Amino acid sequence: MLNNFVMPDLYPAAPEIFLLLMSFLVLFVDLVFGATHRWMAAMLTVITLLGCAAITLVTSDGQTTLTFSNMFVDDLLSDFLKLMTYLAVIMMLVYSRQYMADRGLDKGEFYVLVLYATLGMMVMISAANFLTMYLGLELMSLSLYGLVAIDRDSPRATEAAMKYFVLGALASGLLLYGMSMIYGATGSLEIGGVAQALYHGQSEKSVLVFGLVFLVSGVAFKLGLVPFHMWIPDVYHGAPTAVTMFIGSAPKLAAFAMALRLLVYALFGLAVDWQKMLLIMALLSIGLGNLAAIAQTNIKRMLAYSAISHMGYMVLGLMSGVVGGQVDAFTAVNAYSSALYYTVAYVLMSLGAFGMVLLLSRAGYEAENLEDFKGLNKRSPWFAAMMLIIMFSMAGIPFFIGFFAKFAVLLAAIKAGYTAVAVIAVMFSLVGAFYYLRVVKLMYFDTPVDSAPITAGADLRLLLSLNGLAVAAFGLFPDLVMMVCTTALMRSL
Amino acid sequence: MNSQLLSLAVWVPILGAVPVFWIGSERRTLVRWLSLVVAVAGFLVTIPLYTGFDTSTAGMQFVEQTPWITRFNVQYLLGVDGISMPFILLNSLITVLVVLAGWEVIEDKQAQYMGAFLVMSGLMNGIFCALDGVLFYVFFEASLIPMYIIIGAWGGPNRVYAAIKFFLYTLLGSLLMLVALIWLFLESGGSFNILDWHQMRIGMGPQILIFIAFLVSFAVKVPMWPVHTWLPDAHVEAPTGGSVVLAAIALKLGAYGFVRFSLPIVPDASHHLAPLIVALSLIAVIYIGFVALVQTDMKKLIAYSSISHMGFVTLGFFIFNQIGIEGALVQMISHGFVSAAMFLCVGVMYDRMHSRMIADYGGVVNTMPKFAALFVFFAMANSGLPATSGFVGEFMVILGAIKFNFWVGFAAATTLILGAAYTLWMIKRVVFGEVGNAHVAELKDIGSREFLVLGLLAACVLAMGVYPFPFTEVMHASVDNLLKHVAASKL
Repeated sequence: MLNNFVMPDLYPAAPEIFLLLMSFLVLFVDLVFGATHRWMAAMLTVITLLGCAAITLVTSDGQTTLTFSNMFVDDLLSDFLKLMTYLAVIMMLVYSRQYMADRGLDKGEFYVLVLYATLGMMVMISAANFLTMYLGLELMSLSLYGLVAIDRDSPRATEAAMKYFVLGALASGLLLYGMSMIYGATGSLEIGGVAQALYHGQSEKSVLVFGLVFLVSGVAFKLGLVPFHMWIPDVYHGAPTAVTMFIGSAPKLAAFAMALRLLVYALFGLAVDWQKMLLIMALLSIGLGNLAAIAQTNIKRMLAYSAISHMGYMVLGLMSGVVGGQVDAFTAVNAYSSALYYTVAYVLMSLGAFGMVLLLSRAGYEAENLEDFKGLNKRSPWFAAMMLIIMFSMAGIPFFIGFFAKFAVLLAAIKAGYTAVAVIAVMFSLVGAFYYLRVVKLMYFDTPVDSAPITAGADLRLLLSLNGLAVAAFGLFPDLVMMVCTTALMRSL
Repeated sequence: MNSQLLSLAVWVPILGAVPVFWIGSERRTLVRWLSLVVAVAGFLVTIPLYTGFDTSTAGMQFVEQTPWITRFNVQYLLGVDGISMPFILLNSLITVLVVLAGWEVIEDKQAQYMGAFLVMSGLMNGIFCALDGVLFYVFFEASLIPMYIIIGAWGGPNRVYAAIKFFLYTLLGSLLMLVALIWLFLESGGSFNILDWHQMRIGMGPQILIFIAFLVSFAVKVPMWPVHTWLPDAHVEAPTGGSVVLAAIALKLGAYGFVRFSLPIVPDASHHLAPLIVALSLIAVIYIGFVALVQTDMKKLIAYSSISHMGFVTLGFFIFNQIGIEGALVQMISHGFVSAAMFLCVGVMYDRMHSRMIADYGGVVNTMPKFAALFVFFAMANSGLPATSGFVGEFMVILGAIKFNFWVGFAAATTLILGAAYTLWMIKRVVFGEVGNAHVAELKDIGSREFLVLGLLAACVLAMGVYPFPFTEVMHASVDNLLKHVAASKL
């Protein structure tokens, strides 16, 4: 047996391997210095992520390389998504430093779990096989369950973690079941192999579609699409804000990669079938997300419903790649890159929005009610302006990045002939505008309820300012990010 | 022919607003003077647009073109013709006046107030000179943000309701327009250039749908009956400056949209649905005129009078003859001056009395003679007295309407009676008669700053009424060209 063993090419997986090794170091450092020097684990985590970024940049050659017996793929898309993931995680760590420290939650476990969750996302992003995908997904999810419950004395957080775990396990089961069906029908677990088998069309269609339903359900759960969205409001609300920020940012990139790899790369042959499912879920998500967000008084819950609607818009792009069963490379790239662009834009806005919640929170006080934003313009005109930018961006008002994200997605949908769907989607974004406007109203038109000075540290302030300005700057000059997204997709399809 | 003038017109006020925000409201004197300097600079850079304008051509002038979003072939494409150029000047001038009007009365967060108006001024200039669909849309939507803040932060008691209503109403319209713009982009084979769209062939079915999408968007903005209800609320609650910009400029955006988009891009649908627009316009002119008659709040009365006057504008556009369209354009500019002046006059009184109710006044002429003279003059202009600008536009539109159909012209002409009735009746109750109460008796006449603002507007109104040629001259070629586009079927 051993004679047949070929050492796999480790080069494409270098960032993952580096991260894994470094996570041991973080554990070790925390064990030795954790009690006295808590900052060391945090610093090391950031260094690890920066190292990963450097490795990813250096090893990125724009080629598609498969390794580990075709289970793992390194292409331009995965490089880009991973870089975005590192960025999101680093931003989350900087945003949450003081928040976690104030609550005594900046334990070594937090950083290690964040690293493992990141590793899970990276594996998902690079998965070229159903099993790799599942492996990455579970690694990410299990770490996230732990993170939600990291404040173990909080009953609300524990409840949220439990809910997340039970529903997440159910979704994993569905996904795995779907994968096994497709394996049964096509005889392959490899993404390329499944695509080949579908192309030749010898597989049993009914089994395939049956499996597809389960697969799409699993993907929808991770994206948080209606009707698989139930966990999102509770988890967003229950988890410590820093963890909510984490769940609301980087995993969306991984979930996008999962949707793209499974549905587009593997099951492109069934596009006509999954398109319809996605269409219904997208419209339901946009509708329910926007309507339910209006009723919220807690900003974390409001952002949770807004996340549901945003993912609905993103999926609108994802489903527009195939027109009436006809494949046309330009339309496909256009649609998928619009979805990718939407995801990246959303992650940027979401980080900023939760960053604002962290800015207003302080030791012993959670600024998680909409009321807490009242009169922010009087307390800090600068950060009120940042929140204004982020809110209008989320509402899809120009000149901010959120508008161009919606624009790209709508363009893809209309190009694919879904004009009526696009009209419904924009009408619901009108509904959505209301609750974003309400936040602006609270900040600018009302008098403060909470008049305590803002005590957040300089790092958070600086990062939040940069984040808000980036939302505006990438709206004034949207070309760069759009081109990067398109190139990454084009070179990896 | 690459000039930077239009970019200057757009970006000088916006970038000038940055230091205004930065200085903050504590240093009031500095903020005011800086805002004034920026506003005046913003106006000065637009003057070469008029002096350097070539009246013999209908083409776009002062064109600037740079790729903006290469992915979707979106251009940073600016240019003006005879239709849009006057509005850029009007807007920049009004901004100066608004800054002056807010000089003393705005005490709370003055830097943000001034900054918001400067930003809005730049964005509005952007709307008038954008020749790329996406660029237009982006300016169009972005201009909602400062207005929303202005109404909501410095408005009256019911300001939050009014601000949100204003925003959502306008957004409703523009979102449908976005879908239409994307459709046009795809159908034209990948161009967002509005001038390319003018040449495009479109079938009747899509034309009707596009027309409706544009109609919803622009009708809300104009506003046309029955989607006008946001306007009285917004006007009543907005601070004086907000009302002025809203009436003088924001309402013109909708009307401008009709001539830039609806008429030339979908001419067949425009002809087909013209009776509808004419009917809605006449309802606005007559019905809203009656509504204005019964108002007890001066701002509301002027708001309804604005709707009624804008009905004239849409009427002028959809009767498809030269005199009608030119009349409508003249009416737009004239209304920009007159409504701005009317709102400023109400603002002057409101600053002193903190009331807009007609019943709270009476005999203002006794205590404020200078002001009363100007107010009466603007009221005359508002009711369309000959030798004021209000007469020129209305007269031209009525002439055009009679050419189109006698009864339409006849109905439109009733505005001369209605307009005079509601404006002059208000004047009678507010300005003339015995001194109404003790508060009126204590009123102080306008100071030199207020006199300057109102006097400048009065000069414009009078000049335009006596000698409208400089205004119509620049429009001629462009209106001719527009009519050619409208007359040619694109089926």
